[in-house]
Amino acid sequence: MISNWLQKIGHNTLSRFSRIGKGGMFLLQTLLSLPYILGKPQLLIRQLYSVGVQTLLIILVAGIFIGMVLALQSYIVLVDFGAEESISLMVSLSILRELGPVFTGLLFAGRAGSALTAEIGLMKSTEQLSGMEMMAVNPMKYVIAPRFLAGIISVPLLTLIFMAVAILGGFFVATEMLGIYEGVYWSQMQAKVDFHEDLINGLIKSLVFGFVVVWIAVFEGYDCVPTSEGLGQATTRTVVHGSLAILGLDFILTALMFNV
Amino acid sequence: MNTRNIEILVGLFIVMAVLAMVMLSLKVSNLASYGSDDDVYEIRAEFENIGGLKVRSPVSAGGVRVGKVADISYNNEQFTAVVTMSIEDGYQFPLDTSASILTAGLLGEQFVGLEPGGDEEFLAQGGEIELTQSALVLEQIIGQLLYSKAQEE
Repeated sequence: MISNWLQKIGHNTLSRFSRIGKGGMFLLQTLLSLPYILGKPQLLIRQLYSVGVQTLLIILVAGIFIGMVLALQSYIVLVDFGAEESISLMVSLSILRELGPVFTGLLFAGRAGSALTAEIGLMKSTEQLSGMEMMAVNPMKYVIAPRFLAGIISVPLLTLIFMAVAILGGFFVATEMLGIYEGVYWSQMQAKVDFHEDLINGLIKSLVFGFVVVWIAVFEGYDCVPTSEGLGQATTRTVVHGSLAILGLDFILTALMFNV
Repeated sequence: MNTRNIEILVGLFIVMAVLAMVMLSLKVSNLASYGSDDDVYEIRAEFENIGGLKVRSPVSAGGVRVGKVADISYNNEQFTAVVTMSIEDGYQFPLDTSASILTAGLLGEQFVGLEPGGDEEFLAQGGEIELTQSALVLEQIIGQLLYSKAQEE
């Protein structure tokens, strides 16, 4: 009875570790095959389209609405202190430091990460990957590496667009609905938002999130059980693990960057 | 979708991101004010108490922003706070200019206000303002008020 229970714990731990190890080896192989893409930019552009451009719409819509909601909510709090002119500072700092990178990462995991896993997983289930190997085409170079690189490039770009659109959304609500002067909105922001401390740190966060989410997505696809059930589980795992990784890493990065 | 359209859309995506970066750095953050660091001169002033003044707080004269606080340190011999300000080259102030730490509004952020004197010579790089007035610390004022009230009774 007890020995069964112990065996279960041992088995789970070992399989966890072996997956982490596999993931690490997979990452190493992917990184090693990255130089190959430099000679084949066409592969990269096609992936930039399906990973980046197709995520753009959801990022734009989410950005506008999050900026608008943030402006509206901070107005309610700030107006009690007569500080409603600081609304732009509230919007821009929370967008640049936290919401921009985190939301983009989460939306990317949901929209592009799941698609990557499903695509690669289906290629594996339908034995396209082993077919490539038979033809002496390395799927790491031809399938995995371009998707990986496209994801890492896309996330910071999407984050930039999200940030800009959210601040414009906040601008619209602040000036049109809440009666803040346009000049006040921008000047409050410029006086306090620092290029290195806020914008660059936000971008570093988005780079880290992009790297982790894309790594999880392509690995789950490549490592999935090649059945329809296994594919479904792998896609779910990408979204769940990706999102949790983003939220956890965000706390660590915030603690490191903006030491209180 | 053919390759040409895909390339156009990817190009559009990258251009959008670059435009967003430009907007975020110039319009939202203070990158635009970084470039002018060469065209400034630095002056020092010693205060007994600087309150909540911070590096990058504004320096203004007559309500016009003329520079920013570049550095704050503590003089361990005089027991005063040393504030180094970088003033834009276009603005000049007489040698007997006085500096005081003011607050924007009752609870707003603090800044250095310069009050020009009548001297014929001007402050230059490394110059020092002799006449300074410390920050008004709200808690001290309230304390003094309570103390004087208590004495009256």
